[in-house]
Amino acid sequence: MDSDRYLCIEGIGMTFETRKGDFVALERIDLTVKKGEFVSLIGHSGCGKSTLLNLVAGLLRPTEGGILLAEREIAGPGPDRGVVFQNHSLLPWLTCFDNVYLAVERVFPEKKNLLKERTHTALAMVGLTHAEAKYPHELSGGMKQRVGIARALAIEPKVLLLDEPFGALDALTRANLQDELMRIVGNTKATVLMVTHDVDEAVLLSDRIVMMTNGPAARIGGMVEVDLPRPRERLALAGSRRYMELRTTVMDFLYRKQLKQAA
Amino acid sequence: MSAVPIPIRATGPHPAAAALAARADAAITRRAKPAAPASTGYRRARAPEWIVRAMAMLAGIALFVALWEIVARQGGRIPAPGAVWNAAVTIFSDPFYSKGPNDQGIGWNVLSSLKRVGIGFGLAAAVGIPLGFMIGRFKFLSDMSAPIIAMLKPVSPLAWLPIGLLLFKAANPAAIYVIFVCSLWPMIVNTAVGVRQIPQDYLNVARVLNLSEWKVFTTILFPAVLPYMITGVRLSIGVAWLVIVAAEMLTGGVGIGFWVWDEWNNLKVEHIIIAIFTIGIVGLLLEQALVLLARRFSYS
Repeated sequence: MDSDRYLCIEGIGMTFETRKGDFVALERIDLTVKKGEFVSLIGHSGCGKSTLLNLVAGLLRPTEGGILLAEREIAGPGPDRGVVFQNHSLLPWLTCFDNVYLAVERVFPEKKNLLKERTHTALAMVGLTHAEAKYPHELSGGMKQRVGIARALAIEPKVLLLDEPFGALDALTRANLQDELMRIVGNTKATVLMVTHDVDEAVLLSDRIVMMTNGPAARIGGMVEVDLPRPRERLALAGSRRYMELRTTVMDFLYRKQLKQAA
Repeated sequence: MSAVPIPIRATGPHPAAAALAARADAAITRRAKPAAPASTGYRRARAPEWIVRAMAMLAGIALFVALWEIVARQGGRIPAPGAVWNAAVTIFSDPFYSKGPNDQGIGWNVLSSLKRVGIGFGLAAAVGIPLGFMIGRFKFLSDMSAPIIAMLKPVSPLAWLPIGLLLFKAANPAAIYVIFVCSLWPMIVNTAVGVRQIPQDYLNVARVLNLSEWKVFTTILFPAVLPYMITGVRLSIGVAWLVIVAAEMLTGGVGIGFWVWDEWNNLKVEHIIIAIFTIGIVGLLLEQALVLLARRFSYS
């Protein structure tokens, strides 16, 4: 299998039918992601980056083009892709353990004790062993999002899809979780596609940043290879020249070339 | 240190749950009040909250009884509180006697009314909950049923009584049927609303994991709709308890409503007042039981 073309988004177009006629959200999007690569999609809100992620998740069907994951066409949602939603989407009537178990149980045809073992491992990975028996409303926003990440990773997906995973968190918690995500992704060598609108987050976490033009009919406006060595250290990077350059490139794209008229 | 309890924001998925959560939160704040340092003397200046509440309740009841006493003393036929109390002691000292179909203890009367409500409501739930699920899930069914439900919902349940008598040719099933009709609408409407309010996020989780239909129903649809269903049950039982009294006045037999009418014919006004209190207290207990049930299943 060609690991350079692990996830292939080929000529994707997405048109929504609305009451006011057709709305073209995405137009001719081509993107390939290598196995083990961390790719961020960045753009102003409404540019269709979440739509693109949902297409990969299979929650939406493209009106044009197709998506291949490990040489198989994506025809609908499935557990070979782990999705972390922006607002955690934990089921409030299940404990953390049961929320993760629900996913694990669906994916692995194993005996119960093995499934439980996997669930424990996934929650331990995000440092939530102590909170397994708690219900989502008993947790902080950051902890909930960790459970969401554990749920997505526990099923050992081919690709991890993150939809602004830290958008709803405060800055300190966000930094914490970013570091943790970096560590986890480093350990599991996961392939990741992340939607974000945070330039620092994109530069810190990604191997490549895909910059999208403003919608409607959003397209890929540019790409930046983030050639910062790993493991990356937030504080060390803050003083790094290369980091600043990369950051400036993305900022320049977002705030000069694609400046959004005040809505 | 501020002694004012900080209100915890209730973030329930729907108003009823939010209200319940707010109540639960209030209870928590009351319990969790920090032990104030003895030096302040601030707490000592104010009686504990529950005593103030109990005093207010007692004052309300006392005022009510006093007004009643005043009204009773104006002449007329309204019996005084004392007389009613004495009659109540007699009645409740032997609530389960039975001297033929028209002379039974108040306990039997209440129980047979509750039985009718239970059967009528049970049938309404058995029909209304599945129907509500279907109407909530399929837009076509919803559009189909919306005008009919909207039209029939405001009809007084008693208007259905003659149809019931016509269909069943007996008083008891006709009364049950009226309860069925009046409980049906809240059950259908609340269940359907609950199904429609399920956050798309939860359904996306199900789709991403490719859960089976059965798993989706048991782990997502049912728990998500349960609080709405319980609200439906509460509304239904509340209406049913209102309606049964009127239905029994019309149909006769054994039951608290019939008893009220019978005592009116006997001109035992004390007993009518006792019946009013009994109906009120039973309704209150039903409501409280369902509030407890709802609290058990609210996830906020």
